[in-house]
Amino acid sequence: MPHDHDHTHDHPHPHVDTAGVLPREPGRALRIGIGGPVGSGKTALVAALCRSLGTEVNLAVVTNDIYTTEDADFLLRNGVLPNERVRAVETGACPHTAIRDDISANLEALEDLEESIPGVELLLVESGGDNLTATFSRGLVHKQIYVVDVAGGDKVPRKGGPGVTRADLLVINKTDLADRVNADLSVMDRDSRAQRGDLPTVFLSLTEDPTAAPVAAWVRGCLAEGTAEPSGVASGNAATG
Amino acid sequence: MTGETTAALLLLADGRLPAGGHAHSGGLEPSVAADRVRDVASLETFLRGRAVTSGLLAAAFAASACAAVLAGDNGRLGVLEEELDARQPSPVLRQTSRKLGRQLVRAMRVIRPHDCWAGLGRSPHHPIVLGAAAAVSGLRPYAAALAAVHDAVAGPATAAVRLLGLDPFATHAALARLGPLLDAIAADAERYADADPAHLPAGSAPLLDLAAEHHATWEVRLFAS
Repeated sequence: MPHDHDHTHDHPHPHVDTAGVLPREPGRALRIGIGGPVGSGKTALVAALCRSLGTEVNLAVVTNDIYTTEDADFLLRNGVLPNERVRAVETGACPHTAIRDDISANLEALEDLEESIPGVELLLVESGGDNLTATFSRGLVHKQIYVVDVAGGDKVPRKGGPGVTRADLLVINKTDLADRVNADLSVMDRDSRAQRGDLPTVFLSLTEDPTAAPVAAWVRGCLAEGTAEPSGVASGNAATG
Repeated sequence: MTGETTAALLLLADGRLPAGGHAHSGGLEPSVAADRVRDVASLETFLRGRAVTSGLLAAAFAASACAAVLAGDNGRLGVLEEELDARQPSPVLRQTSRKLGRQLVRAMRVIRPHDCWAGLGRSPHHPIVLGAAAAVSGLRPYAAALAAVHDAVAGPATAAVRLLGLDPFATHAALARLGPLLDAIAADAERYADADPAHLPAGSAPLLDLAAEHHATWEVRLFAS
């Protein structure tokens, strides 16, 4: 559906924005958003992915903190990525706005990284910790990972929300804590399947698996897809308030 | 303004326009930290001061840029860039203005495709882009100025609701009281639409300049400026 309106102007321009979905372009980086509630382990997952993929994939990270550059500093302090591969976006007290309703600052950070790092293949956009309704605009990222943790309660997958139901990958993190917080992983698994249909869910404990192997494997799969059509829900994310 | 262009102005001035403004407090965050703004009354004083200084500056440059694009005089946009640089002593505020300008260009390229976007350079000043956006939207310099001065106060007012938890109704009542002042500033700014750029006003707010420079050094802040 390349055109859905009459032209009143006579100059050519591409209608790639028609469906509000970011197209994969050959030679351009894959953009993956990583969202989830506060404290679910987004930054730790980003750090793990950088360690696992950093030697094989040319990658960079954009962080969206509620408070300035805390997460970016974490990545730098831990030696995960060099300075020039991490950008922090400040979000004016509204982290979900910066990844969904007004993606300007994030687009700028991604453009800057693509310009300053020749051949960058993977751009990870970490959202600020937010609530279950926060998801990434499809105008900002090609794929999104939603991270919840067992300590947030085993009812989280059942409660749903667009992150849980529509993210391209759901990560249920901190499985090593399940016994201590009386979380039933089988309940979370069952509810995730019910909420997500065929979309994948992985269980993770970064304490036991600091490489985040199943998530890294999923990212490798996305990179291998190349310029294939993005999977998952293609529209509607940007419209909800 | 005809009916058609009034709708275009509402679109341009709407806080929901996705052009990056939501992350900026217009100097309000450092002013709250310094206890200069603590309630609706002090917020209103702050907004009034901002409107007649940086608000008028932005409005005059937006009106002039609008007139330049309407006249097809893209060369004047470059002159306006230099003149606006000269009127903003704070390097942080110059950088913020260019950052927001770049973000507005990115949004407008899709919202209203036009040849002028390609000629504005990498990071043009926000009021100049806003003026161009008004022209491309079929608006006149007065509307461009009104959008600019509205933007100068609406952003900080929203930031105050977030930072201080002020009653949003009372905050909007303050904005409503500012209405006649904003209209008058826009009318004043419109007079510069076709003036020599060197003669545009230089409304300066030294405390906002200092606050912006200070704010940029904070380790922890909620807003980008």
